[in-house]
Amino acid sequence: MGNTLVEIKNLVKTYTRGDQEVPVLRDITLSIDRGDFISLMGPSGSGKSTLLNLIAGIDKPTAGILRIDGEDISRLSEGQLADWRASNIGFIFQFYNLMPVLTAYENVELPLLLTNLSKAERKERIEMTLNMVGLSDRMDHYPNELSGGQQQRVAIARAIVTDPTILVCDEPTGDLDKQSASDVLGMLKQLNQELGKTIIMVTHDVHAAEAAKRIVHLEKGELLGEVTSP
Amino acid sequence: MKIPFSYIFRNLWTRKLTTILTAAGMGLVVFVFSAVLMLDAGLKKTMVGTGSLDNVLAIRTGSETEIQSGITRDQAGLLGAMPQVARSKSGDPMVSKESLVLISLTKSGQEKGSNVVARGVSPMGITLRPQVKLIEGRMFRPGSSELVVGRNINREFNGAEIGQSLRFAQRDWVIVGVFDGGGSAFDSEIWGDVEQLMQAFRRLNYSSVIMQLAQQDSFESLLKEIAAEVRLTLDVKREQIFYEDQSRALSTFISILGNVLTVIFSIGAIIGAAITMYSSVAMRTAEIGTLRALGFRRPSILVAFLGESLLLGLVGGLAGLFFASFLQAITISTLNFQSFSQLAFSFTLTPKIVVQTLVFSMFMGFVGGFLPAMRAARMKIVDSLRAA
Ligand SMILES: Nc1ncnc2c1ncn2[C@@H]1O[C@H](COP(=O)(O)OP(=O)(O)OP(=O)(O)O)[C@@H](O)[C@H]1O
Ligand SMILES: [Mg+2]
Repeated sequence: MGNTLVEIKNLVKTYTRGDQEVPVLRDITLSIDRGDFISLMGPSGSGKSTLLNLIAGIDKPTAGILRIDGEDISRLSEGQLADWRASNIGFIFQFYNLMPVLTAYENVELPLLLTNLSKAERKERIEMTLNMVGLSDRMDHYPNELSGGQQQRVAIARAIVTDPTILVCDEPTGDLDKQSASDVLGMLKQLNQELGKTIIMVTHDVHAAEAAKRIVHLEKGELLGEVTSP
Repeated sequence: MKIPFSYIFRNLWTRKLTTILTAAGMGLVVFVFSAVLMLDAGLKKTMVGTGSLDNVLAIRTGSETEIQSGITRDQAGLLGAMPQVARSKSGDPMVSKESLVLISLTKSGQEKGSNVVARGVSPMGITLRPQVKLIEGRMFRPGSSELVVGRNINREFNGAEIGQSLRFAQRDWVIVGVFDGGGSAFDSEIWGDVEQLMQAFRRLNYSSVIMQLAQQDSFESLLKEIAAEVRLTLDVKREQIFYEDQSRALSTFISILGNVLTVIFSIGAIIGAAITMYSSVAMRTAEIGTLRALGFRRPSILVAFLGESLLLGLVGGLAGLFFASFLQAITISTLNFQSFSQLAFSFTLTPKIVVQTLVFSMFMGFVGGFLPAMRAARMKIVDSLRAA
């Protein structure tokens, strides 16, 4: 299928702790289409974050095939992988992971510093993106001057400002109240529908998972069934 | 550098107290480090300023100092007749035959005496030292028991005012003037008529002979001429080199003392910086993971943390230098054990010292920050993100 963005076949991830081998992902086969919005669910320790990290290129598989947009990212060198992430992946974390010493504007600017954009071009992009997440009036605020929901919106702006193909979200609503959580989910849905971003989201929350088009269950490092919503 | 400077700077700024304490530790070391350099620079400046490049000084072979040396009247006459020696308008050789004795004077507020150089000079001796200027009173009259004193002597010792008299060699010597030696070692000397001093101390020989060269580059040929004359067993040096050599032992002593202190203190300061930076890395583990996930590479992380540590060193260095600069107001009077006499000099801050000090303080920052920065750069992304 030409529309497959993420192609995972017999993927295995094993951590070694001392002499002991800890199998975390046993034999994962999964494909994700371009423009998909998929939720990864499962009990704690089932390997959701590990799978997400492999797709995001911040960890390396032990065995199996992992191709993204046709490229076998497990064969990239560390430096190449860093560049690949900078242009292809947007990260959204449970605890926002903003730099506390940088303003909202500067946090969003960070990934753009890895591009060739001029200062003026960066400014234009940052202002546009912060406007999209509804924070144009908070650009000069530091993270500790923002609510959790606002911080997560800054993080979303940081994730999309480089216009990446894939957004990876690890429990993006895990630290938020109901209202902020539904704002964030609405925003992700909108990014998926209007901008065609492929979104892979790990979540514990059934309501959150329902924002996705597909829900995939993991347990003890193996994929269970799949629910597809229309 | 990909990671913005503001990120580096503000991380130091948010940890104000830790930053200030760590920088203060480094500042203290820098203070000691620069104080020693300033002392040494002050000493060198004083000694170099004492000698002039045009002048040549002769002492007896084998004697390190003017005090130990002896030059006979015949030898002095031969020297004055050398063709390389400059002549005054009236045709006299520009030569000063000098005699040095140590006399003991008491400093204000002290009981024990200190050795002071009393230098007998020929009338030409004053002309040969253009840096020496009378600032009070008048010059001594040739053939009299009159003295002029250097400004440090005037300031620091009892009974060294104009009109007062000093008693030594069974005579009373009247002080008639105070001179400024332009920061040279002459400021710590007493000058009088060479023949009077030699009579009083029953000396037959001069201590040294100072000659002005007719041409600066005729020094080599003067050396040859003197070496060829069997009656002259003399060491001849340019005056400036001579005085520089005179302070070498004291200068070495200051440097060794300073280096020992600096090394001991700097180990403490480097450990302090390392602890600060390690805790900075530990507190920001998740941030490091995030930066790496965004696409910043290991070297960028290394540079950011090293930069933070270098900046810490720079802050310490600037603070230490700032406080050390106030030392310039202080003049030290101490024994130059090479010439057994008092020598006064000031802490002197030179551009070279500023650069050396800042390089040193950033070096401390570099050494202290290197291992923590390496740790930051080597962390695995997933591990550091899990630290959140
Ligand atoms: N770096 C590592 N070294 C060793 N074991 C690890 C490492 N990372 C993860 N694991 C182990 O792998 C398993 C899966 O971890 P993972 O973080 O993927 O779980 P998860 O499904 O995201 O759980 P949670 O819902 O609690 O976030 C856990 O048992 C964990 O202890
Ligand atoms: Mg997880």
